[in-house]
Amino acid sequence: MTTWLFRRLIQALFVILAMTVIVFLGVNVIGDPVEILISPDADQAERARAIIALGLDKPLWQQYLIFLQGALHGDLGRSFVFNEPALRLIGQRMPATMELAVTAVLLSIVLGIPLGLYAGLYPDSILGRSAMAGSILGFSLPTFWVGLMFIMVFAVELGWLPSTGRGATAAFLGVQWSFLTRDGLAHMAMPALNLSLGNIALVLRLTRAGVRENLPMDYVRFARAKGLSPARVVFVHVMKNILIPIVTVIGLEFGSTIAFSVVTESVFAWPGMGKLIIDSINVLDRPVIVAYLMMIVFLFIVINLIVDLLYTALDPRVRLESRQ
Amino acid sequence: MSDMTLEVRNLRTHFFTRAGVVRAVEDVSFSVQRGRVLGLVGESGSGKTVTGFSIIRLVDPPGRIAGGSILFHGRDLAKLSEREMRGLRGNRIAMIFQDPMMTLNPVLRIDTQMIETVRAHAKVSHAEARARSRDALGMVGIPSPDERLESYPHQFSGGMRQRVAIAIALLHRPDLIIADEPTTALDVTIQAQILAEVQKLAANVGTALIWITHDLSVVAGLADEIAVMYAGRIVEAGDVATVLDRPSHPYTHGLIGSVPSRNKRGTRLRQIPGMTPSLLDLPEGCAFRARCAYADAACEKDPPTTEPARGHALRCFHPLLEPVA
Repeated sequence: MTTWLFRRLIQALFVILAMTVIVFLGVNVIGDPVEILISPDADQAERARAIIALGLDKPLWQQYLIFLQGALHGDLGRSFVFNEPALRLIGQRMPATMELAVTAVLLSIVLGIPLGLYAGLYPDSILGRSAMAGSILGFSLPTFWVGLMFIMVFAVELGWLPSTGRGATAAFLGVQWSFLTRDGLAHMAMPALNLSLGNIALVLRLTRAGVRENLPMDYVRFARAKGLSPARVVFVHVMKNILIPIVTVIGLEFGSTIAFSVVTESVFAWPGMGKLIIDSINVLDRPVIVAYLMMIVFLFIVINLIVDLLYTALDPRVRLESRQ
Repeated sequence: MSDMTLEVRNLRTHFFTRAGVVRAVEDVSFSVQRGRVLGLVGESGSGKTVTGFSIIRLVDPPGRIAGGSILFHGRDLAKLSEREMRGLRGNRIAMIFQDPMMTLNPVLRIDTQMIETVRAHAKVSHAEARARSRDALGMVGIPSPDERLESYPHQFSGGMRQRVAIAIALLHRPDLIIADEPTTALDVTIQAQILAEVQKLAANVGTALIWITHDLSVVAGLADEIAVMYAGRIVEAGDVATVLDRPSHPYTHGLIGSVPSRNKRGTRLRQIPGMTPSLLDLPEGCAFRARCAYADAACEKDPPTTEPARGHALRCFHPLLEPVA
């Protein structure tokens, strides 16, 4: 286990290193921030001064080494636009995105698994069939369109929910959270549901498929032949067997929900990281883009690690030791 | 209480599929007495497994029991509610399955799977349930049962897993065990060990046993009575000596002829020509007539069950009179 963990950490380190190269080269390809940041009226001397101030006069490999050196000290550079450390900027916006993503993933668990179980146990029932049909819409309708429709129906026509912003927030552990106030929850309802629709559909279908696949298995019949209650057969025997793919997908979806909440945050003007990254790309604020991408990579590595650890808890046949 | 543990009368289990009604079990009657072993013999698809599942009422849709009665100590299982039936399953009636690699839940520990069975039917503490589980494991010959309780199924060999399954079946000392080809997936040595142990246990506890198999040699050494199934019906039934030594039905005769034995060394094994018919839209008349050397016009009608001798049932218009084997 320790060996395994150690190996994984070394692998992770290489992934991060490779990612810094790709990201650093990538942002240099997409455009020259100088054109955007410096006013067109500036003369040559001012331009040169600004380029030196941003550190863009040096060759690319030198810029990269400077970045690496900073990164080792926990400094991913300063935003060109806000002149603040990029990490601090991201850190300020992170709680908003996090609470949105966590709520979306919780929704997909709370709605997706029970509906999937039901659809798997009673595939011919009306609810089972409609859940399956609805799930097709869930992941085939584009997020931005669904978001706009939500706003049209619930904010404009019915006036039930606010359409933009985080609403009132309350402090917890020194951070402002929306989910602690009624108003904040009302603001969060639509974007969270919007963000989770695809995940709900995915978890639902996965759960259903797992149930359909496992129900005809001998171990289910044997459990029934032991005289166990249907609840125990489904929630203990079947559930534990289908949880592995579900945990995998939920883990990966959590990462991508955070990484790609860009669309939802833009539609609902949610002041999270997604909005920050879109704005930063627009003005080619390189350090923020790099820092954001590095953070997402880190997040995925951590989530995958947690998922792997969960496997051992769920399936005794999975052993993390590498066989020699 | 009478000595009759189970009496199945005119059982019919049909599968209502889109393509039509599959009469998997059609008009099957037999009985098993306390402490006795009935061998239910037949080819794949003859309806023997469905018969077993019908008794414990675990036939999945689109199949269901379409008629007949299953009297267990005089109570008709076919008429019990699902809740009452659940109280009997694993408690008074237990089942052992064919493939030990598949019957235990791979992600639950052996103790979990045993204790839940104990506590499903007896109001006992966790510790008491665990003690009973350990004793059951010891009874089926699993060494150091205390440690083995902590194991997962994948840490056992196939033979050991089948022992665990048998231990689970024995937890409540059931009156009836239905064993569906429990030794088919095991190698011959393990098979012999398990057969000997089951026989011993059945005799000690007084459990009635239905042993479903396609393997006549297994039944010959184990069963007291034999029922031979073909295309959903019992074509011949009686005590082992009668059916195996002096088979009257051409199908039984063919089955016995196809088993290798020492006396037949060097000669080609006889085989029954043709294949089992599809149970979908089975034509009127004896289902075996297309493969039978004795078939004639009379066989186009359903042969009734006759009793050529006491305790010997037969469905054939042309029984073999001479002992052939």
